[in-house]
Amino acid sequence: MGNEQATFRVVGTRPVRPDGVDKVTGRAAFGADYQLPGMLVGVVVRSPHAHARIKSIDVSAARALPGVQAVVTAADLVDLPSEVSSGGEAPINFRHVSLNVIARDKALYEGHAVAALAATSTAIAAAAAALIKVDYEVLPHVIDVLEAMREGAPLLHPDLFTTGVAPAPAAASNVAGVTEFSLGDLAQGFAEAEVIIEREYTTQPVHQGYIEPHAVAATFGADGTASVWCSSQGQFMVREYCAKLLGMDIGQIRVIPAEIGGGFGGKTTVYLEPLALALSRQSGRPVKMVMSRGDEFKATGPTSGTHVKIKLGAKRDGTFTAGEMTLKYQAGAFPGSPAFLGGMTGFTPYVFEHAKATCYDVVSNRPKSAAYRAPGAPMAAFGVESAIDELAQQLNIDPLELRLKNAATAGTRTLYGVKLPVVGYVETLEAAKAHPHYSAPLGPNQGRGVASGFWFNIGGPSSAAIHVNEDGTVEVVTGNPDIGGSRASMAMMAAEVLGIDLAHVKPTIGDTAQIAYSFMTGGSRVTFATGKAVIEAAEATVAQLRGRAAKMWKVEPNEVVWREGLAHCTRVDETTRAPFTLAQIAHQAGRTGGPISGNVSINAAGAGPGFGTHLCDVEVDPETGAVKIIRYTAIQDVGRAIHPAYVEGQLQGGAVQGIGWALNEAYLYDAQGCLLNSGFLDYRMPVASDLPMIDTVLVEVPNPGHPFGVRGVGEVPIVPPLAAVANAVSRATGVRMTDLPMSPPHVLAQLDRAKTAS
Amino acid sequence: MAKHHIQTTINGEPTEFLCETQQTLLDVLRDELDLTGSKEGCGTGDCGACSVLLDGRLVCACLVLGVEAAGRAVTTIEGVAQGNVLHPLQQAFLDEAALQCGICTPGFIVAGKALLERNLNPTETDVRYWLAGNLCRCTGYDKIVRAVMNCAAQMREEASHG
Amino acid sequence: MAVVILQSDFARRHTGGQTTLEVNASDYGSLLAVLDRRYPGLAVSLGVGMAVAIDGEIFPTPLLQAVGPDSEVHFLPVIGGG
Repeated sequence: MGNEQATFRVVGTRPVRPDGVDKVTGRAAFGADYQLPGMLVGVVVRSPHAHARIKSIDVSAARALPGVQAVVTAADLVDLPSEVSSGGEAPINFRHVSLNVIARDKALYEGHAVAALAATSTAIAAAAAALIKVDYEVLPHVIDVLEAMREGAPLLHPDLFTTGVAPAPAAASNVAGVTEFSLGDLAQGFAEAEVIIEREYTTQPVHQGYIEPHAVAATFGADGTASVWCSSQGQFMVREYCAKLLGMDIGQIRVIPAEIGGGFGGKTTVYLEPLALALSRQSGRPVKMVMSRGDEFKATGPTSGTHVKIKLGAKRDGTFTAGEMTLKYQAGAFPGSPAFLGGMTGFTPYVFEHAKATCYDVVSNRPKSAAYRAPGAPMAAFGVESAIDELAQQLNIDPLELRLKNAATAGTRTLYGVKLPVVGYVETLEAAKAHPHYSAPLGPNQGRGVASGFWFNIGGPSSAAIHVNEDGTVEVVTGNPDIGGSRASMAMMAAEVLGIDLAHVKPTIGDTAQIAYSFMTGGSRVTFATGKAVIEAAEATVAQLRGRAAKMWKVEPNEVVWREGLAHCTRVDETTRAPFTLAQIAHQAGRTGGPISGNVSINAAGAGPGFGTHLCDVEVDPETGAVKIIRYTAIQDVGRAIHPAYVEGQLQGGAVQGIGWALNEAYLYDAQGCLLNSGFLDYRMPVASDLPMIDTVLVEVPNPGHPFGVRGVGEVPIVPPLAAVANAVSRATGVRMTDLPMSPPHVLAQLDRAKTAS
Repeated sequence: MAKHHIQTTINGEPTEFLCETQQTLLDVLRDELDLTGSKEGCGTGDCGACSVLLDGRLVCACLVLGVEAAGRAVTTIEGVAQGNVLHPLQQAFLDEAALQCGICTPGFIVAGKALLERNLNPTETDVRYWLAGNLCRCTGYDKIVRAVMNCAAQMREEASHG
Repeated sequence: MAVVILQSDFARRHTGGQTTLEVNASDYGSLLAVLDRRYPGLAVSLGVGMAVAIDGEIFPTPLLQAVGPDSEVHFLPVIGGG
């Protein structure tokens, strides 16, 4: 099936999602909603210090408290070697995962888990937690990324030697690695430049801010097998990580995915699950653990705060001649910031003959960073897209025209070497230019910002099973938690191929025992990769249906075609053969060979890169520095929108997360390295009254790598907003904003500084 | 300490429960009464995921003690639909795709319904400020605000014909 | 001869800084073997956390992927997502 298919019957419509009623009535079961007989309450004891050696942990008093059933420390998990394993998908150091779940020798950030216990009630668990005595030797700490890179900075890991540099360093440091990408000859590129913009930018770490805290219920049987109910972006990830950390076989653990109340990358690793299993193993009873919001902020992954340096060279006509970026990203307590992804994405929307990115991955005494929606890309794009805006102002060129002049198209070589396949970046710029938003007049103290963004989107392993029920209704089972409406798109793609009513297709998320391995819900991969598996499973089902119809007609399978949900016989003879419906074939399945099903596991290649362009109007109050978003339009090449309403929702939600990042959200630490704003009151995410409607334009340049043309859509929309907002504020005020968040006091300080300077 | 014996009305039904003094109404609903539709997103009254009505007034169940429910009427998300008939706002959320992950949805529906009971002709600004105590990280609020506005319009239409 | 392009930091560590290499191989597996003979340890290093792109397409399972005489082979970090 080619994606040139002109018309679709189901794809592109906006049906009610299959899990919708459960979610508007409160019936859907999320991570914290599971209750098992005899279940204990598990809690975590956390370090109050940003950096401390753990000299000893005395759990005896806690253990002696009536009602306490289990107490665990790092000694209850496997002491894993430090090695990068590429067994799963992305490379991972399971020692770091384990040490982040529970500290072994050192607590590396405030909130780092040091012990966990389970008791018969919340009150007893809290009382017992207070009885655990940890003897700490408090060590000097470092929070800031540039401070952490300085010689003599407090060292987090004495065995951390910078990778990616030659010769290999003799001394340990907080710089975990340096990654470089380069293209052409940078010196030549800058020599050709007639204008050069050189600026430094900073962004603060921001939390994914999902509304559902991490939650798990786990039970460990006497036979050594375990079941885990939890909210995550991947039940197979939870199973693999828990097996590794607890020294179990993967087959001994079954993970049942709960509904997931938001993730945005923040639920792509484990925090509580191994502890709940260890507590259940020790107590012989089910254990439930739910993280508090404060612990979410202190101990789960935000994305990196960054220091970004951009140098951009261009001709007077606007043609880019060279680009250089230096990216310093906070990894948090363990290596693994997405600095390299910033380096790979920042310049990708543009044609550069000469470019270079140098990316530093730096540890400091903060929670280990976790993936967050297009990891690493928004911060690099903030720098690049701000520099482009400044260049447009200097050259007096329209910012969309400047981007169009340099826009990447199919065949453009990226900084990471690969040439782009078919992409729709230019189309988003043209759509932005044509949008009424772009020509609407602006009032006093108002400004309009433009910015673009790129994300790869990924494919990878996915499985799908289609079961035809006896009455011709159909089950679609996949292995990816539905984080934003993917059940709807899975069912729609299956219905499209099978040619049946969507109402007859029921999508289900299988647990780890019910469906073959599927990589996580992340990387904007589910509608693309798992969708591809669903389409192939539906096609395999159609092939069976044709075979069964052939048997019923006593003709050859190749004499049966499948059209609009019916088997048609192409043999022309004296017999009239009325088409069979799917239901008719299903009824006869017992007589024609047994149940009909299609099972497919793939490693999906051909993910289509995504580009977006955002327009943002702001009004800045010169008295207070407060920035109000007055109009916002997100335009994106989505390949093909399966369910356009949920695609629009991705653009709107991503844009608003980016607006929060640009205007309000930040981590504030005191002098001891303790987080000051570990709650939603002081960590200010956007609320409804902060925002206007978010307009969207879905540009559809089909991805040749997907049967229906799907591109991933979830991550691109968080890439442009930081710069779109900053460019708008800069143009509204006449002062270039280079540091986030642009909170009222910060904006006011910049305005005052500019006033004093002039 | 002995537990408190509380008599209250939940979703129209007389209900009794035992709770400890420090247990919140949210804890009671979720842990004692198995009404898990109200969600805990923060426990500090900042996210609105546990929104319920207490004698018709919109409150965060995490900021109310279980004992405070004595003699009062509590409406939770489980009481919004009449049996299997959805409230128009629930239907509007489905029609407008006003939810992605769905964790905040019960709170938004309880809060939105409370608004419509007071004001069936809200402006967009009214809706945005009324819902400012409910956090959603997925949608950017656009489709949620539209769902409430469209539902109000539809309910006005029905009221004028009714 | 297929052209193999390495990131500069990889090149510094394994090939004395040479980022562009010419390799005669018909599929990815044999290409990797040739590289490893030339620069012992390189294949192992490329095997951890690196993805491969052949003629612009990133392959999750490249082992038997054909490499043409004019192919361009890139190694890049594995891309995840949120």
